[in-house]
Amino acid sequence: MAVLTEEQTILRDQAIAWVNADAPVQAFRKMRDSGSTTGFAPHTWKAICEMGWTGIIIPEAHGGSDLGYMTFGLVLEELGKQLVASPLYASGLVAATALRLAGTDAQKESCLPAIANGEAIVTLAIDEGPKHAPDTLAMYAERTPNGWRLNGRKTFVPEGGSATHLIVAARSGKDVVLLLVDAKAAGVTREILKTADSRGYANITFNNVDVAATALLSAGHGQATLDAILDRARAGIAAEMLGTASAAFDMTLEYLKTRKQFGQVIGSFQALGHRAAELYTEMELTRSAVEAALQAIDAGSKDVPLLCSLAKFKAGAYLHRMSNQLIQIHGGIGMTDEFNAGFYLKRARAVEALYGGQGFHRDRYARLSGF
Amino acid sequence: MTDNAALDSFRSELKGWLNQNFPKSLTGKAMLYMGFDHNVPMEGDALRWRQALAERGYGAPTWPKDYGGAGLTATEARVLGEEIAAAGAFNPIPLLTGMGTTMVGPTVLEYGTEEQKKKHLPPIARGEVRWCLGLSEPNAGSDLASLATRAVDKGDYWEVNGQKIWTSGADISQWCGALVRTDSNAAKRDGLSFLLFTMDQSGVTTKPIRLIAGASPFCETFFNDARGDKTDLLGPMNEGWTVVKRLLQHERQSQTGASPIASTGATLSQLAKQYVGVNERGELNDPDLRLRLASHLMDSRTHSFTLQRIAAEARGNPKVTAAASILKNSATNVAQTRAELTLEIMGHQGLGWEGTTYSAEEIEAVRSWLSGKAMSIYGGSFEVQNNIISKNILGLPETTQKG
Repeated sequence: MAVLTEEQTILRDQAIAWVNADAPVQAFRKMRDSGSTTGFAPHTWKAICEMGWTGIIIPEAHGGSDLGYMTFGLVLEELGKQLVASPLYASGLVAATALRLAGTDAQKESCLPAIANGEAIVTLAIDEGPKHAPDTLAMYAERTPNGWRLNGRKTFVPEGGSATHLIVAARSGKDVVLLLVDAKAAGVTREILKTADSRGYANITFNNVDVAATALLSAGHGQATLDAILDRARAGIAAEMLGTASAAFDMTLEYLKTRKQFGQVIGSFQALGHRAAELYTEMELTRSAVEAALQAIDAGSKDVPLLCSLAKFKAGAYLHRMSNQLIQIHGGIGMTDEFNAGFYLKRARAVEALYGGQGFHRDRYARLSGF
Repeated sequence: MTDNAALDSFRSELKGWLNQNFPKSLTGKAMLYMGFDHNVPMEGDALRWRQALAERGYGAPTWPKDYGGAGLTATEARVLGEEIAAAGAFNPIPLLTGMGTTMVGPTVLEYGTEEQKKKHLPPIARGEVRWCLGLSEPNAGSDLASLATRAVDKGDYWEVNGQKIWTSGADISQWCGALVRTDSNAAKRDGLSFLLFTMDQSGVTTKPIRLIAGASPFCETFFNDARGDKTDLLGPMNEGWTVVKRLLQHERQSQTGASPIASTGATLSQLAKQYVGVNERGELNDPDLRLRLASHLMDSRTHSFTLQRIAAEARGNPKVTAAASILKNSATNVAQTRAELTLEIMGHQGLGWEGTTYSAEEIEAVRSWLSGKAMSIYGGSFEVQNNIISKNILGLPETTQKG
């Protein structure tokens, strides 16, 4: 764990206390069993907003606390440990980042305070198929006398069902533009998806959706801006994944120390002891990659693209392996729905696919490194 | 004055001192004095440079001044290393002392009597004495505690008989720190002691070992009625296992970096482009190699971040930590993969042994690939480090294997 500031320590401890008391993984189970269509429990979301975590990267002038990405990562890591489900990440980190980096003053003034206090749930609509491919968007934004007209389809939009606003990435000529769209605008159709991880995704169709000229996020250099937003999103989810994986590791280690077979605890078998040692080593390495990316963002380093791909790759690879081992080492009990391992496995694959899996980021790392 | 201001002033004072004291005649000659297989005697400017470093305690910068060190913090020592490199200079003392500054010295600092510290540490810090370590034996490798070399109390001296192996630099060392059996009746870990004795005596003979990479610093070392001073038992009698565990932690700590052989300039990806070529998109012509190379570079970067993170968490506390086992295994993985990839990139050119068909870099690649195989064996093998992690860090019970 990086050396934390006093503020970061307080926030992390607050997250640990709240998650353990109010949002342990049993709360996630309850939400799933309730057949929720939003993929989160309203009271969980309300509590998160009240604690101000939605404003961690929002400037103070817009109602946030402006504590940076490393701090946000610490909170997400703790939430990831118990699989807390809420729009915190999609709205408070990804959409807030888009507005912060590219939004007009008017958009920041109207949206950021609403994200911070939880009135608005804003989400980024980017992917258009089963895979993350931000360089090859097909969705088209057409100029109209009064603004823009959108046609196309976005898939697997996180919190897509509960979002009040969408930030839609679309092609305009050779450039990429981002448009802020009211989720209830005429021509927007949302199909709520049932996914293995029980979170709230939607496929969203845009049929002649007209938005005003003021809907355009300003920054220009569309692809570069989009990459900058996605990189911050990747580092953030990597922090959550690190938390999820570390909880899976802890559960597994506990089981190795208590489960007895052949008259002894199974952790006394060297095959399993070495596997645990390797999983632990990999976790320590992953933590370094994740923290380096978050710190690079806060420091404004030129290495942000490279390090965010590194973090997402490492977190994805480790969580993939750890979630499989969580099941394997628990044996039969790990296969039962009554035990929580399955939730971790399903969450693992969903977040691995989000904003690029290991294949995507390894290729990108090579490309950014010039080979 | 803030810490940073103090550090800045330390740095600028160092720059001045280096400028005045590092002989220009030695610029670019680091490899002459720093190579493993070279043993160029220290004469003239080289000797004066070593003495200048020693006068300031820079041979062992973090040791107390009383014992020949400079009393620097870990951060100051890092700055010293950076400035020496920035000046194009080099510090030959650590290598000149063999295992002296990295392992024997820190252990003497921790377990030595005042008399032992005064006797042994200053000559190490000055770079005057080379140390080897007598640990492994032909029948005691990973199972080190089963060793058989014994020391018998002869009243006014210890008499040592037995054989050690993998004693790095034994043939050119003046002193040896050896783990020896002093009580044959005790359980195997309880009858061991750590004894320091001179190599320059008739009871000691050494025989260099030729390895798969060619010549090596390793030796077989034979003790035939060799003698050790009664005052040179390090730590209490029959508690050598405790001392050596600490010593090995220092060894792991010194093996956590991941730059096996400083490459001669070209990065691995440049090398790959040069040997393998690129397609119209600028990607390596071998897509499988490209992805494995990317994985390796990611591992390498992650390892560096982990070294930095663990150092930052220790807040400059130079004490060795259990994390050393993690770092040693990670460093080994990175270094060995790097060597394998280098070889693969070079193809048949990377398998040359001698001759003008091969560049110096290519010969170096094959030799360091081979010698690097030792990384996962020495200093506690990959598997032994995993035992340490599972027991000491994770708290898993002893394995069912006897030992």
